[in-house]
Amino acid sequence: MTKVNQNVSRRSFMQLSGGAAAASALIGLPTIARGAGKDVVIVGGGPAGATAARYLRMIDPSVKVTLIEANATYHTCFMSNEVIGDLRTMESISTTYDGLKSAGVNVVQDMVTSIDTKAKKVMTKGGNTYSYERCIVAPGIDFKYELTDGYDAKTAETITHAWKAGPQTATLAKQVKAMDDGGVVCIVAPPNPFRCPPGPYERASLIANYMKKHKPKSKVIIFDSKDKFSKQGLFTQAWKKFYGFGTDNAMIEWMPAAKLGKINAIHAKDMVVETDFEQLKAAVINFIPAQKAGKIAFAAGLTDKSGWCPVKKLTFESSMVPNVHVLGDASIATKMPKSGYSANSQGKWVAQAVVALLNGKQPGVPSFVNTCYSRAADDWAFSVAAVYKLNMEKNLIGGVKGAGGLSPMDASAEDRKREVAYGHSWYNNIKKDIWG
Amino acid sequence: MLRIKSIPAALAVGVLAIFTSINTASAEMASVQTLASPCAGCHGVNGVSVGPATPSIAGLTEAYFLDSMATYKSGKRKGTIMSRIAKGYTDEETKAMAKLFASMKFGRTTQMSDAGLAAKGKELHAEFCDSCHEQDGRKADGIGVLGGQIAAYLDYTIADFYSGVRTMEKRKAQKMNAFKAEHGADGIKAVVQFYASQK
Ligand SMILES: Cc1cc2nc3c(=O)[nH]c(=O)nc-3n(C[C@H](O)[C@H](O)[C@H](O)COP(=O)(O)OP(=O)(O)OC[C@H]3O[C@@H](n4cnc5c(N)ncnc54)[C@H](O)[C@@H]3O)c2cc1C
Ligand code: HEC
Ligand code: HEC
Repeated sequence: MTKVNQNVSRRSFMQLSGGAAAASALIGLPTIARGAGKDVVIVGGGPAGATAARYLRMIDPSVKVTLIEANATYHTCFMSNEVIGDLRTMESISTTYDGLKSAGVNVVQDMVTSIDTKAKKVMTKGGNTYSYERCIVAPGIDFKYELTDGYDAKTAETITHAWKAGPQTATLAKQVKAMDDGGVVCIVAPPNPFRCPPGPYERASLIANYMKKHKPKSKVIIFDSKDKFSKQGLFTQAWKKFYGFGTDNAMIEWMPAAKLGKINAIHAKDMVVETDFEQLKAAVINFIPAQKAGKIAFAAGLTDKSGWCPVKKLTFESSMVPNVHVLGDASIATKMPKSGYSANSQGKWVAQAVVALLNGKQPGVPSFVNTCYSRAADDWAFSVAAVYKLNMEKNLIGGVKGAGGLSPMDASAEDRKREVAYGHSWYNNIKKDIWG
Repeated sequence: MLRIKSIPAALAVGVLAIFTSINTASAEMASVQTLASPCAGCHGVNGVSVGPATPSIAGLTEAYFLDSMATYKSGKRKGTIMSRIAKGYTDEETKAMAKLFASMKFGRTTQMSDAGLAAKGKELHAEFCDSCHEQDGRKADGIGVLGGQIAAYLDYTIADFYSGVRTMEKRKAQKMNAFKAEHGADGIKAVVQFYASQK
C-alpha cells in the first residue's frame, strides 16, 4: 500500500521531471500557482458532488478539486423510470466524467473507504490518500436491507430495487418486457424519508403506460409502507384517467400500510411479497427498501441516530465533524426533499460557501430551488416546485411562503403535455449543468 | 500516482458567466449569483437552454425580464410553472437577476429546422413581425428574443396569444390576427422554423 499525499507527489513530480515535455503538459494548470491550503476533496460524483466540483472550479480556479467516484459512468436515476417504461434507452441516462475533467477537476476512479477527519485525509480502496482543507461528502443513499427477511444486495440483482440507476434499471426494464400478458408487477414503496418521494408512483405509472400498449391484461400493484404519498392527488387523477384506477379493470392498484401492516419478507424463489395481512405472488417484484445515508457517511462518523447526516444549515458543514460538508441525499436538509435538483442546488451553494471559507470570507446568504417533474402517461406530466431560503433563527431551510407548490389539479391537458416537454428540458439542462 | 497527467492542459474553459462578476456577499440578501444560479437547472447553463422546450433567458432585456416576472407573480401571465417560481423572490432580488441576465449573452442552441419552411418564414416575418421584432427577431428590446429561441416554447407562446391565455396589446393583436387569417397554421409553422433556424 503506497500512501502518498497528492500534494507532495505533485510537487516532487515537478521537481523530478524538469524536462520540457513534462513541463509543457502542465502549462496552464492553475494548480501549479495555487496557494497552499486550497485543496478540496469530494467524495461521490452524483448530482451533489459533481455540481460542487464544477462550480468550485468556475468560481475560484485557484482551488484544487479532486473528485473521487467509484464508477467510470454515472446513470441518472432521474428519467430512469422512462427507461423502465420503454420510453428511452439506458444510453440516454448515462454520463461520463469527461466534462468535469475538462473543467479542471482531478477525477479519480476509486472507492473511498475511510476519512480521517482529524488528520484531514481521505483514504481509498486503491491505497491512496488525499489531503484536504475542506472535504465534501456526497455519497447518496444506502439501503436498510436488514429490515426485510429474504432481501439483500445479492437478491437485489434479480428482485431489483433499481433505486440506484444502472444495471438494475436495465434488468427491471427487461423483466417488465419479458413478462406474459396478465402478469402482476409489484412495486414495494419505502417508508419516509427516501430518495425521490414521487419516484415509486411515477414508476408505477410508466409501467402501466407500457402495459396499456403491449400487455393490457397486466397490472401494477403498489405495496406501500405509508398511508399517503407525494403528489397523491395528481397521481390518483392521472391513474383514473388513464389506467382505470379504482375500477374492476384497474391497471394500477395501491395498497396503503393500513391495509398491509408491515412488509416482512420477500420469498425470492416463489416470487411472493409477504406482509402482516397480505401475501402477493407477482411476475415481477420491484422492492424499494428503506434508506439511509451512503456507507462512507457512517464510516466517517457523519451520521446521527436517524441514519442521515445532520449539517449546519448555512454551509452544510457537518454538525458532527469540522471541515467536512455533507450534501445531497445523505444530508438532512430539513424541508428540501432528497432529489437531484436539490442536490444540484445545494452543490452550487456549497461551492460558493466553501470558496468563501477557503478565502477567509463570510459565506453570505443562500437561496435554493427544487423542482420535480413526474410523468404519468405519454402526454401527461406534473410538477412540484419550491424556492428555499434559510431561516437562521429556526435553523431550517424552508420554502418561501406563497411560492412553489404543485401543478394545479385543474390544469388543461395541453399544460400536462407541455410539462412532459419541460420535464425533458429540465433533464437535458440540469445534466449539462452538473456534468458539463 | 501521477494522476496529474490525466488532467487536460486546456483549462481556460469553464468560466461561468454568472460567476464572472464578484460575488458580493451581504448579510441580508443572497448575492445575485446565488439567486440566479439555480435557474440553470431548467433554463440551462448561463441561461442558455438546450431544449426541447424551456426558453433561454440570457440576454432578455431588463424591462422585459421584470415585466415577465411581475406578471407571472401576479398571475396575469400564465405558464406551467413560472408563477410558482417567480413568487419566491422579492422585487429587489428580481431586479438584481434582471440586470444579471440582461448582461449575459443570448446563446443560440442548434435546432432542427426545415430550410424551405424557414425561407418562407423569413418573408412572413419581414411582412408581419419585423416592425416590432426587429433584426429577424433577434432584438430583444422589451419584447423577448424570437431569433434562436427554443422552437417548442415559441409554438406554445404563439398558441397562448391566439387563445387569449397571454394577452396582446392592440397593435400586436391586429398584426397577429391578420397573419393568421392570411397564412394560418402553415404560416405559424414557417415563422417558428425561421426563428429556430437562426444560429
Ligand atoms: C427512480 C428515480 C427517479 C428520480 N427522479 C428524479 C427527478 O425526476 N428529479 C429529481 O430531482 N430527482 C430524482 N431522483 C432523485 C435523484 O436521483 C437523487 O436525489 C440524486 O441522485 C441524489 O444525488 P447525490 O449526489 O446525493 O447522490 P447519488 O446520485 O447517489 O450519487 C452518489 C455518488 O457517490 C458515489 N459514491 C458513494 N460512495 C462512494 C465512496 N465511498 N467512494 C467513491 N464514490 C462513492 C456513487 O457511486 C454515486 O455516483 C430520482 C430517483 C430515483 C430512484
Ligand atoms: C422548474 C423549471 C424552471 C425553473 C427552476 C425556472 N424556470 Fe423560468 N421558465 C420555466 C418555464 C417552463 C417557462 C415557460 C413558462 C411556463 O410554462 O411557466 C419559463 C419562463 C421564464 C421566463 C419567460 C421567458 C420569456 O422569453 O418570456 C423568464 C424570464 C424566466 N422563466 C425566468 C426564470 C428565472 C429568473 C428563474 C430562476 C430564479 C427561473 N426562471 C427558474 C421553467 C423554469
Ligand atoms: C406591434 C408590435 C408587434 C408585432 C407586429 C408583433 N409582435 Fe410579437 N410581441 C410584441 C410585444 C410587445 C411582445 C411582448 C409581449 C408581452 O410581454 O406580453 C411580443 C411578444 C412575442 C412573443 C413572446 C416572446 C417570449 O419570449 O415569450 C412571440 C413568440 C411573438 N411576440 C411572436 C410574434 C410573431 C410571430 C409576430 C408576427 C406574426 C409578432 N410577434 C408581431 C409586439 C409585436
